[in-house]
Amino acid sequence: MSLFDIFVTVDQPDLWAARAQMALSLAWHIVIACFGVGLPLLILVVEFRGHRGGGPVYDELAHRWAKVLGVLFAVGAVSGTILSFEMGILWPRLIETFGSVMGLPFAIEGVAFFIEAIFIGIYLYGWDRLSPRVHLLSGVPIVISGVASAWFVVTANAWLNQPVGFVLTDGVVTGVDPWAAIFNPATPIETTHMILAALMVTGFGIAAGHAWGLRRDRGSRLHRTGFLVAFTLAALVTPAQIVVGDAAAQFLATNQPIKLAAIEGLYQSERGAPLSIGGIPIDGQMRFALQIPDGLSLLAFRDPNALVQGLDTVPPDQQPPVLPVHIAFQVMVAIGFALLGLSAWLLWAWWRRRGLPGSRIFLLGAVAAGPAAAVAMEAGWVVTELGRQPWIVYRIMRVDEAVTAARGLPIGLFTLLAVYVVLTVATVFVVRRTLAPGPSGPSGASGPSGSQS
Amino acid sequence: MTTADAILVLLWAGLTAYALFGGADFGAGFWDLVRGGRRNDAIGSLIEDTIGPVWEANHVWLIFALVVVWTAFPRVFAAVASTLYIPLTAVAIGVILRGSAFAFRKSVREPRLERWFGLLFGLSSIITPFFLGAIAGAIASGRVPPGNAAGDPIASWLNPTSVLGGTLAVGICAYLAAVYLTSDARRAGDPGLADAFRGRALAMGVAVGVVAMLGIVVLAADAPTLYDGLVSRALPLVILSAVAGLGSLVLLYRRRFGAARLSAALAVGGVMWGWAVAQYPNLLVGSLTIGQASAAEATMVALLASLLVGAILVVPSMAALFLLSQRPRT
Repeated sequence: MSLFDIFVTVDQPDLWAARAQMALSLAWHIVIACFGVGLPLLILVVEFRGHRGGGPVYDELAHRWAKVLGVLFAVGAVSGTILSFEMGILWPRLIETFGSVMGLPFAIEGVAFFIEAIFIGIYLYGWDRLSPRVHLLSGVPIVISGVASAWFVVTANAWLNQPVGFVLTDGVVTGVDPWAAIFNPATPIETTHMILAALMVTGFGIAAGHAWGLRRDRGSRLHRTGFLVAFTLAALVTPAQIVVGDAAAQFLATNQPIKLAAIEGLYQSERGAPLSIGGIPIDGQMRFALQIPDGLSLLAFRDPNALVQGLDTVPPDQQPPVLPVHIAFQVMVAIGFALLGLSAWLLWAWWRRRGLPGSRIFLLGAVAAGPAAAVAMEAGWVVTELGRQPWIVYRIMRVDEAVTAARGLPIGLFTLLAVYVVLTVATVFVVRRTLAPGPSGPSGASGPSGSQS
Repeated sequence: MTTADAILVLLWAGLTAYALFGGADFGAGFWDLVRGGRRNDAIGSLIEDTIGPVWEANHVWLIFALVVVWTAFPRVFAAVASTLYIPLTAVAIGVILRGSAFAFRKSVREPRLERWFGLLFGLSSIITPFFLGAIAGAIASGRVPPGNAAGDPIASWLNPTSVLGGTLAVGICAYLAAVYLTSDARRAGDPGLADAFRGRALAMGVAVGVVAMLGIVVLAADAPTLYDGLVSRALPLVILSAVAGLGSLVLLYRRRFGAARLSAALAVGGVMWGWAVAQYPNLLVGSLTIGQASAAEATMVALLASLLVGAILVVPSMAALFLLSQRPRT
């Protein structure tokens, strides 16, 4: 196993600070970035409906959502910039060694991001300056480049999980094939999972804002329409996401078995391994879990007697932290199924009475679904990132071999933490102001406001 | 010309675009900050209208430069980022505060909040180019060795060349912005405002010229390798920059705002390319040349192809955005 001793551990007493700073910046950016992927699609849908005689309520929605997009895209662009700085500030040995292998998708993502930024400028600024048709068309590149950006950037993360496209000889990278790196085995499943997650976060998030409005004013056409369009997108995506998630777990079973073992708290390899629902993995044992016999073998290999690899197949210093990975996975799956239930509720009510479910509990659930979808997405990232530990590049380079040797990392971390706290408060404040109707909103006075019915 | 050279040329073209467009956006923030309160609301709204539609697209040049460097010249990126993590963190925070403050200011209409976000926008519009210039100074004066945080964490960016770089960057941004805004104000039908920016541009232009002149002395003493390149191989570009800079002042004085804009851009372009030519083929002065720092050829070819395809998509789109941003409402 000479593979595991290629790189030197960096003398870095504050590794935790580097990891925390990266986690903070990523976790913050990813929520905003989701809206950059999903919101343009929603806006185009309502703008299109507005053009096709949907009525002024669609135009008002398109304008209002576009204002939200304007703010979120700006904040997303700058919070994403920080990440590209941090790749070098925090993980210089990763870039130094593998930049030539994994850099290309970032460069292409840069091009996609350019297109996105340019057309968002055209779209937002062109509302009174372009014909309605051209304006609608100018939104199409935003949708395409937003999805493309997400795809390319996630291929780089997929590569960390399935590093291919190079040969490593004595710590020197040769035989680089950047396209093989982009199309690594984890790419199809991870990119699909993330793009669907982005649509869910956007759909449930925007729907939550309008559900909040509906709780105050049941009759508002603006909120009713906004809620229905956004929630429908999310409800359509949710079952597909569950299927893709299942495929992702199967992928792990063969390609990253230790991550799956951490997810399930499976300490020893087992034939006919049970599926653990809930529970706390502690001291090398899964406690208090509802165990479904043969469930894990069945889910992972479609065979009740299949051998599932346990954590014991690698030395302790190559095992990820089991407790947070297991809990994060449970949270993600639980929320996923809750969102599926909520979606089914709406579908049933629509089928029965062509209307929203009358229950106040439904609206409360829909309000909660916004943050819940974001939490599920973050939990998924906790699973994939912590589940890869201690590796930064799976089975090749450890996190403590990639980190910077610079001192004083906690100062940077706490400074950035303060910036993000302020930024979070300001973003929530401004977006709420933009989405919620009222006299203080920039278009609240002129457009059809919340009390119209 | 090798693939690496071609990528370096595209990278530098991107950085020049960042200096000319993103730089002017920073400068607009500078003038927004020093506009002098409520008295000069016209300045504020001209600035907001001018950079509003374009600043995000202009900002992407920076991201473009970062990802190209780490893909094509990974050792350079690792060395620069790990040694210069303090100024880079300052730039990162400046970028995030500036972009969000600007977007927030546009979205709120309470005067008190507007003023706070405006203050944040203005301050970060000065801090960010200062530290970018300081980083340029650190690289140009050979203070970034290869390796993981191998350089001095403070002295690498707190030195005569970096202070010169930072000051020049802030001044150049402000000058470019003032020159651009003269013709924007004239097009907006406000000759009084155009004259206000003309005065500011002339003052700032003279100031930048003086700093640049002093800078020659600083570079000779503190960055000898760069200085030698500037007075030999890069001399034509240095002269071009000086002539274009003086020319832009004359054109401003004679109220030829459109021509002044081009001339000022030429002067800044001359500085950027003069630096590049003077330092070539060193990427890290004294330790790493382009030949030693380049990534695998397969990556370089793939990157070059992606950038060329990207250019075909980006350049016309960018032109459309700029044209649209100058079109009045219908």
